Amino acid sequence: MATRVQQDAYADFPVKKVSLYYIVLAFAALTIGTLFGPFQALNYGDINLYPWLQKLLPFVKSYYQGLTLHGVLNAIVFTQLFAQGALLYLQSREMKLQPKMGVAWFSWWLALVGLVLAAIPLLANDATVLYTFYPPLKGHPLFYIGAALIIVSSYITIYLSVDLWLRWKKQNPGKPTPLVSYMSLVTWMMWGVAALGLVLEAVFLLIPWSLGWMKGVDPLVARTLFWWTGHPIVYFWLLPAYVIWYGILPKQAGGKLISDPLARLVFLMFLVFSTPVGFHHQFADPGIDPGWKMVHTVLTMMVAVPSLITAFTIAASLEYAGLMRGGKGFWGKIARLPWDNPSVAASILGAIAFIVGGAGGIVNASFTLDYVVHNTTWIPGHFHLPVATAVTLTHMGAAFWLIPHLTGKPLVNPRAALIGVYLWFTGMMVMGLGMHMMGLQGVPRRAWISNMAPNLKGAYAESAPYMALNAAAGVILLVAATLILYVIFATLLQGRRLPAAERPEVPFTEVISGPEGRRSVMVMDRLFFWWGTALVLVLIVYMPTLIKLLGQFVAAPGWRLW
Amino acid sequence: MNERMIEAYERGWVMFALFMILVFLVFIGYTLSGFAFYIPTSAERIDPTKVLAGGFPQPHVEEVGPGKYQAYVIARAFSFTPGEMHFKVGDEVTFFVTSPDVQHGFYVHGTDINVQVIPGEVAKVKTKFKRPGEYLVICNEYCGIGHQNMLGKIVVEE
Repeated sequence: MATRVQQDAYADFPVKKVSLYYIVLAFAALTIGTLFGPFQALNYGDINLYPWLQKLLPFVKSYYQGLTLHGVLNAIVFTQLFAQGALLYLQSREMKLQPKMGVAWFSWWLALVGLVLAAIPLLANDATVLYTFYPPLKGHPLFYIGAALIIVSSYITIYLSVDLWLRWKKQNPGKPTPLVSYMSLVTWMMWGVAALGLVLEAVFLLIPWSLGWMKGVDPLVARTLFWWTGHPIVYFWLLPAYVIWYGILPKQAGGKLISDPLARLVFLMFLVFSTPVGFHHQFADPGIDPGWKMVHTVLTMMVAVPSLITAFTIAASLEYAGLMRGGKGFWGKIARLPWDNPSVAASILGAIAFIVGGAGGIVNASFTLDYVVHNTTWIPGHFHLPVATAVTLTHMGAAFWLIPHLTGKPLVNPRAALIGVYLWFTGMMVMGLGMHMMGLQGVPRRAWISNMAPNLKGAYAESAPYMALNAAAGVILLVAATLILYVIFATLLQGRRLPAAERPEVPFTEVISGPEGRRSVMVMDRLFFWWGTALVLVLIVYMPTLIKLLGQFVAAPGWRLW
Repeated sequence: MNERMIEAYERGWVMFALFMILVFLVFIGYTLSGFAFYIPTSAERIDPTKVLAGGFPQPHVEEVGPGKYQAYVIARAFSFTPGEMHFKVGDEVTFFVTSPDVQHGFYVHGTDINVQVIPGEVAKVKTKFKRPGEYLVICNEYCGIGHQNMLGKIVVEE
């Protein structure tokens, strides 16, 4: 009897259940990954709590193992699983179609199996290679195989999204794709082009090498393939948050989205320009021609344009919301926004953090300036703003309505959620300041500086004031994470369900200027053409370098140095 | 706040964004053409298993002209050789850096020398020391359990 009630909760729209499973798995991964975060922040506060942590959790051997878990689970697993759940759901809902359910479940199980396989060597300290897994550091083969299965799962979701779109197009000939579906589909198409680098690295280098079928790998070829995926993966994390900012936030804030065609243009630019930019992570690499580094610099600057347009559009849509809510004047309109709604606050605070993060990103992408900050704490200080604040906070905010919508269970303790959101934002900003400043003073990233040899202690003493900021941020973020994750899991685990009529709807936004009758919208709707264009552009900017390097392939044997 | 007004602001903002990016690119091009000799290039590709067996010179510093030096540096887990180098203010130094094991960083604190040391590549990078003092050489790429202790030193005298 109980199971029948359970099934009824999803009977009206079967994709609800698989989406919920993705989102729950995503937050489970985030819970483990996030709990290592405060220890890392304290490390950069020169406080070494790892000996204590090891007593509590005997499998944790070092800062570097915790850092690997933190990076893999938060940045790679959480973001992808949340996108698989949320984007597929929003597209299905908007198109009023079900994805192929058997395939969707297969994809979820594949992600779970991949996650478990990768987790075994990670927890056993057999793959402490950080989330960039630069060879010739050599982890256990299960780590690479598990990670590859997670990527395969994402390709299945790309297929599901395209399949939904083609079915909708057949039913609605000549009509433009609905906006949220368009944004979701473009996100998946972009990822399809972007992830190819990682697929090539895993299939042709990492997996055969870790299994002992190859004597060595070329570390520079591996780096180049990694960053083919490694920069656009940031847009793959970011675009689901953009979908929420464009497609959901204006409605939640009480306004409308300013322009539908402009939102499409932004996503189309991401499809084309996201991927051919990876060399800006390799400015310090010998072996890559400075001319090609400059080409990637120009393209990276181009990909800043859609984000700058987004800053305008989202701000204008929020201004409209402030006006509709009776706000007068600059501050009046801001003050009238629903700052006490944890979901809205999470999105807006995330977007504010993104402005700071984006400005720092322009610095990193500036070829000749990057040497000041390359591999210093400036870099993690930077990406915790777009990724750990903008993306993660927006997803947490979305979970506050999406989980009640999917399960019919009301949000537990919205007040704790609200406090958690503000504390998360505060903690990240404090840490961002600390890490950016330490980076400018030359402190290296990913270093166990709280555990230096006695004769080297004090090498970074000039950064002491900023170290204090990191330590404080670690504590603030621990409280924030506890509150937010408590709300999410308490909501999921309660027995209470709202009657169908009281369940929250998906707050799809309305638009002020729509897509009707615009030729540009129909041109942008030819997505297979744009997808092909994106792929060709990537091949043009990568093939000359890769072919040259493969012609002088270096076989570096593997090392386990942790 | 009407549609036409929003579109006008929007066009202005996009133009401003494009202009700003153009300015940044001009600055980058200018620094690139003038004085960006600190950009690492590849001196040669090398078999990392042969670095310690004569494939790469013994780590040392040699004078190649008045005030001009070449330094051959090996970065390996978890130290630099030579661990300490001495120069005079105004010396122009070309570093050749490689690794026999995993990736490392070669970052000279307080300068623009910041190199990804990759097994299989000999990185070449040049600088001129303008200020006297002790410069920390920091490995800033994760290379294993002792990564945080991988530090060297450059002393620049008057």
